[in-house]
Amino acid sequence: MALELIKDKWTNNINEVMLGADKPIKVGGENTLPFLFQEGDMPNRPVVAMEVWDMEPPDWPAHLKAALGDAVKSPVEWAKKAISEFGADLIVLRLQSANPETGNASADKVAETLKSVLAAIDVPLIVIGCGDDQKDNDIMPKCCQAAKGKNCLFGLATEDNYKTLTVSCMADGHSIIAESPIDINIAKQVNILITDMGFDAKRIVMHPTTASLGYGMEYVYSIMERARLAALNGDKMLAMPFILFVGQEVWRVKEAKEEEPGWGDVAKRGHLWEMTTAINMLQAGADILVMRHPQAFKDTKKAIERLMKK
Amino acid sequence: MALSGLEIYKLLPKTNCKDCGFPTCLAFAMQLAAKKASLDKCPHVSAEAKQALEGASQPPIKLVTVGTGDGKLQIGNETVMFRHEETFHHPAGVGFLIEDSLDDAALKKKLDKINKLQFERVGQRIGANVVAIKSASGDAAKFSQVVKSVCGSTKLNIVLVAEDPKVLAAGVEASKDRRPLLHGANKANVDEMVKVAKGAGLPLVAVASGLEEIAELTQKIKAAGVEEIVIDTGPKDLTAKVNDLTYARRMALRKTFRPLGYPAIAFTTSSEPADEIAEAASFISKYAGIVIMKNCEPEEVLPILATRQDLYNDPQKPVQVEPKVYDIGNVTKESPLIVTTNFSITYYTVAGEVEASKVPTRIMACDAEGMSVLTAWAAEKFTPETITRMLGTVNADSLVSHHTIVIPGYVAVMSGKLEEGSGWKIQVGPREASGLPNYLKNFKV
Repeated sequence: MALELIKDKWTNNINEVMLGADKPIKVGGENTLPFLFQEGDMPNRPVVAMEVWDMEPPDWPAHLKAALGDAVKSPVEWAKKAISEFGADLIVLRLQSANPETGNASADKVAETLKSVLAAIDVPLIVIGCGDDQKDNDIMPKCCQAAKGKNCLFGLATEDNYKTLTVSCMADGHSIIAESPIDINIAKQVNILITDMGFDAKRIVMHPTTASLGYGMEYVYSIMERARLAALNGDKMLAMPFILFVGQEVWRVKEAKEEEPGWGDVAKRGHLWEMTTAINMLQAGADILVMRHPQAFKDTKKAIERLMKK
Repeated sequence: MALSGLEIYKLLPKTNCKDCGFPTCLAFAMQLAAKKASLDKCPHVSAEAKQALEGASQPPIKLVTVGTGDGKLQIGNETVMFRHEETFHHPAGVGFLIEDSLDDAALKKKLDKINKLQFERVGQRIGANVVAIKSASGDAAKFSQVVKSVCGSTKLNIVLVAEDPKVLAAGVEASKDRRPLLHGANKANVDEMVKVAKGAGLPLVAVASGLEEIAELTQKIKAAGVEEIVIDTGPKDLTAKVNDLTYARRMALRKTFRPLGYPAIAFTTSSEPADEIAEAASFISKYAGIVIMKNCEPEEVLPILATRQDLYNDPQKPVQVEPKVYDIGNVTKESPLIVTTNFSITYYTVAGEVEASKVPTRIMACDAEGMSVLTAWAAEKFTPETITRMLGTVNADSLVSHHTIVIPGYVAVMSGKLEEGSGWKIQVGPREASGLPNYLKNFKV
């Protein structure tokens, strides 16, 4: 008896997005659900980006900061260390110092920092605003300009605040992150709004919102599966690669931060929690993972090697 | 796959005799298709039709029970490839491998550790529920002794792993009343293994490296009279293993291919903790019915149990906490009273940040039918009226002296109406829970 397995073939593939200038990398491009190599290909392996702040993070747990060392005091050192010691494929620079609650640094100041980081690294750079819409609209045009020619990925554009960033990215030749609140319809809507302004759909990366393992991760997991199925079936307005801010969510939860009797060593538990969240996101279709702990980072990269083995 | 009403109708006598209690055979067929009636209501149905209908009404993936009593493990009977299509029904068993070569002291230590792997997080109890005992020695007496010892020291469900049917039979003898899962039958030993399983009425694992051989093996096992089967394609590279699990599930669900219509067991192959977690988490998300790990340190097991807890949540039923006031820390009448909804993730995220702030605080979780703050507000489940009502229900006046509540920043727009309606002073808190520690440390009425 010859057993014939059901092999699915899809009509559409996920967009391939090129990031960076000196050592560019491509993300996305897959035409199968994750790791089903008998049905399609994932021409670009999922990548892991290390999250770097433009200021020393005030409230990260001690065991996370200890693993990063003194580098957290300087974004340039931090980024360099992430590449040379931890093997980061990309760097994420979060412009936290511009947030009115954590320093309110000026547009000129953060653009200066951005330039110095760009000068120190050759891997692609992802730039994230400070999280305050108004302030981001003030700093991002300058930052986009400062990074002109470096083909960066800028975020975050949302349904309520996408115009300024879209215009700036278009003017200075960057890609953009479109964020939606765990909602497939809004995810599609933001992509449509951005492309309606004349932005190339193939330069958009989607952030479906990230949730930590144990705190709603399954909602994100299912939104990703739904969006991916729709995209592979031909919906071009959902055919963008996914980015997930795993570190940002995981390092807020009790399981990664707090001692608890019977729960084992918190220092290990923290990075294992981050890595496990990343693994689940990979199984749901993640293309770019943004992470914080060097050990979680290395373990995830190793897992990707194994997952990509055909 | 289940038959449609019309397909069922073709197999019925079509006499419209009404003996089944329905006006016509077609009406009865429709009820059967909707699983609202059972076939035994029709006294006239032919034997062939009965067989065809019963066959079709079997679930595409067999339900298998391991163990007995409250803690027993039931796996299989899954209906979808993607949890958003319905839900994943039977949470995978998570367990640990113990070899019979361990000495008494090491065995006791390992079991002590495993028995402690029960946790309470976000209001739910989660825990490991399987121990797999493997004959490394090939010695029946040794295996029997270790099985007996394990059964005496843990209530968890048992998997017996041995290739030699005589050794396995000795293990069965030592654990019969525990309804262990037998691992397993391969091409070479299937006839004898089936005898052991059938004799004791126990579920049996079919072991082969390819799905085609698995399918041949399960048919043999079933024909020999063992109904409850679990499948195992053996140790493989991570993605090859996940592909096996995926294709077995897909063949069962989309083609009703019964020889693969059984839950699967997967053993991790790595001993290094992070590598092992990468395997175990992938097996949970991609369809394994039982995952057996090597390491049993709590910080390594907890993320796997949380993965199972998350992915087996029913997407249609948000997990809720009881709507009431929760005290975090040593609260006094001067402590802040903050308001949120009773969606479990919302509540526990808020509670986690409040704990981290070290500021004793009361959290009033309002009944919003398990919706998050913004969703509940949009659906009018979290409004000035519902919050006012809740303040009365919990008699908030008796709890705090400052007559002030803090509402989430996202619903700042309701402040005015809420202040008017409730008579309480309203303060607008941060939009995200992550802003709470800072906010609470500087809280002033």
